[in-house]
Amino acid sequence: MLRYTLLRILGAIPTLLLVIALAFLMVHAAPGGPFSSERVLPEHVEKEIERRYHLDEPLPKQFLRYVSGLLQGDLGPSYSYRDYDVDELIADTFPVSLKLGALAMALALLLGVSAGTVAALRQGAWLDKFVMGFSMTGISIPVFVVAPVLVLFLAVKLQWLPAGWTSEVGLKRLFLPVVTLALPQIAYIARLTRASMIDVLNRDFIRTARAQGLGTATVVRVHALKPAMLPVLSYMGPAIAAVLTGSVVVEEVFGIPGLGQQFVRGASNRDYTLVLGIVVSYATLIISLNLIVDILYGVIDPRVRYR
Amino acid sequence: MNTLRILGLCLVFAGLYACGGTDEPVGPPDTLQRGLPTDAETLDQHKARSIQAADVLRDLSEGLVGYSADGQLIPAAAESWDVSGDGLRYTFHLREGLRWSNGDALVAGHFVAGMRRLVDPATAAVYVDLLSGIENAAAISAGDIPVSMLGVEAPDDRTLVIRLAQQAPYFISLLSHPSTFPIHPPSIAEHGDAFARPGRMVSNGAYKLDAWVPGALIALKRNEHYWNNAATAIDAVNYHVLVQDTAELNRYRAGELHTTSTVPPDAFAQVRAQYGDELHVAPYLGVYYYGFNLTKPPFKDNPALRRALSMAVDREQLAEKVVGRGEAPAYSWVPPGVNNYEPPLSSFASLGKGEREQLARRLYREAGYSENNPLRVEIRYNTNDTNRKIAVAIQSMWRDVLGVETVLINEESQVWLANMRQAEVTQVFRASWMGDYNDAHTFLSILQTGNAMNMPRYEDEEYDDLMERAAAQGDEKQRRLLLEEAERHMLSDHPVIPLYFYVSKHLVSPQIEGWGDNVLDYHYSQQLSFKAADSQ
Repeated sequence: MLRYTLLRILGAIPTLLLVIALAFLMVHAAPGGPFSSERVLPEHVEKEIERRYHLDEPLPKQFLRYVSGLLQGDLGPSYSYRDYDVDELIADTFPVSLKLGALAMALALLLGVSAGTVAALRQGAWLDKFVMGFSMTGISIPVFVVAPVLVLFLAVKLQWLPAGWTSEVGLKRLFLPVVTLALPQIAYIARLTRASMIDVLNRDFIRTARAQGLGTATVVRVHALKPAMLPVLSYMGPAIAAVLTGSVVVEEVFGIPGLGQQFVRGASNRDYTLVLGIVVSYATLIISLNLIVDILYGVIDPRVRYR
Repeated sequence: MNTLRILGLCLVFAGLYACGGTDEPVGPPDTLQRGLPTDAETLDQHKARSIQAADVLRDLSEGLVGYSADGQLIPAAAESWDVSGDGLRYTFHLREGLRWSNGDALVAGHFVAGMRRLVDPATAAVYVDLLSGIENAAAISAGDIPVSMLGVEAPDDRTLVIRLAQQAPYFISLLSHPSTFPIHPPSIAEHGDAFARPGRMVSNGAYKLDAWVPGALIALKRNEHYWNNAATAIDAVNYHVLVQDTAELNRYRAGELHTTSTVPPDAFAQVRAQYGDELHVAPYLGVYYYGFNLTKPPFKDNPALRRALSMAVDREQLAEKVVGRGEAPAYSWVPPGVNNYEPPLSSFASLGKGEREQLARRLYREAGYSENNPLRVEIRYNTNDTNRKIAVAIQSMWRDVLGVETVLINEESQVWLANMRQAEVTQVFRASWMGDYNDAHTFLSILQTGNAMNMPRYEDEEYDDLMERAAAQGDEKQRRLLLEEAERHMLSDHPVIPLYFYVSKHLVSPQIEGWGDNVLDYHYSQQLSFKAADSQ
């Protein structure tokens, strides 16, 4: 188990390095610069600012400077927030995105697994059709449509919930963004659970369990749920990635100061260090999550370890 | 360990996490909630560049002069001033008992320090050229002489003397710009360049910085030490950063904002019908234009072609039908409403549509183009719905009137900007200019040879000469005539096609009193108040 874990971790390092190098090249290849705007700076001012941020150096030197900073845990100064360092911006915004993502995932798992299981047990009945119909809708309608519709209905018309993040503090403001973010995941997880549950319920060991006289609830809880969860668990990695990237839109619509929003604005402002910092953080996060899922997989299904 | 336990743990963890503490303030119940279309890049007055940062800074800090809600220049930190007979020496008398938000006394020396920091090349200030009219300012910012030689001094704590190298009748209005505001030297000594952050920033305006959540919220609260604190009605101001105009409108509709920064183009008609008097539309110091790349064919040395293209544009239809939010069609470069200036109009402004188009066709033929040999041209614009609509309309006007074959190229804004600045691939490009102060100079100067904002690369000796003569002219009327002549000359050369003049568009809640529409689009929070409950 230890060897399996170590190999997985070692494999992740080159991936991360590659991501950093590619991201660095891509942000610098984009035309324009962090300090260009329609209001052009006087030439000597522009030169002075570029000198200060080392943007006048050749690209390989800038890259080495960046990577050596990174190794010391320094993500550099932000160009678009001139009084802030990238680490500060990420430290401020990441918890917000994490909170949003964690809640959305929790909601998605809770509702998705329950709905999927119920649909599997009532296969072909109206409840099954309802759940599947709903989940098909959830998958097909993109977040950028769902979000404004929910805002219009629940915040503008009924005024039950705040339309924006900064208008309230506390849990109330979390509701709409979390639901918006969770909807497609609920739908997807419900479909996954249903398919896998139907498969498991037709296995021999379930028949044996039923033959022993166990009730449906016990059969599902004790015997069926665990094997049925395997596909859902391996979907967790991509799901978390989807929630994180999906949060870009949700954060923009609700005005939430999260990582996704900073990423989009950083990219259009050519805030190289902010974009790179966020890419590095995202990449580290997603690689670690996949790593964790791989390791958990090894825990749940011992066969994986010996393959 | 089993699957369910893992999933269960995740759920519990997420739940606990979500219930964790909250961070930013919502403010007291009568907090003014305002929309801000982009976040301030910094609240350091010398590094700030955006209009939004300046808006927030005008609430936080105060210069020698300010503006009233209806756009009149009024005394601010200075209670009065004298100008010498030759117009070169300004003596400002500061109010008694001025204080910083931490209680420190504010003295004239702090204004000197602020202006020195602005022109110091080490600061790399964005608006370094704003005060280039002050004695020695240009040489200091070029790094030739020390900053202590700037023509600004404080003979005593309440007197500030500014000496100009050249007369500039608009000079006094520059002093409402945040980059001319005073600095608090102890803050800079303690925190260096990162002094403009919550918990550190010391300011001298009606409000002080309470909190800043980058990307979401700038929260201000009353500055008890402000000289006119008794007249400040609202205790706290929240600026909500709302990049999407539809999100901002939704917040207003939900009653979460008192003022918006704009109105989404697509919702404008509906908003006007629904909100009536809550919608404020007013002329604004900004021009939307198409520029020609004058460094390359087909537009280099081809004024007839430029004129033909300019005349083929139906500006009324563009302003009323395509943009349609109260914008005025532009037949001049300087917008109407600028102080002490009457913009000259293009010679074809008075012609009827048919006559104008006929003339345009003749010029087009004279330039060597015809049905069989049409002009093929590219319009570049930055991706944006309004820009696209306008480009499509102009494409069709040029085709219908002249037979021009136009290719529309929309570019991400940094790409568009880079292309425009390099002037290599551009032919016709969309651009705009917003005035920095209420004087024709802020518009006309950008088309002078060598100006960094001169995107068409217009170079004309006569124009430059007229502009220089105007700058040297002490008599206001003579100066005005020279500037008008410069504009007339430039318009007849057609380096640009001015299309329309911007308007400011705000929704203002009926709960708010004291809002005034003005060409500068300045709306100081200290001038606003909540209506008394019984009068609502």
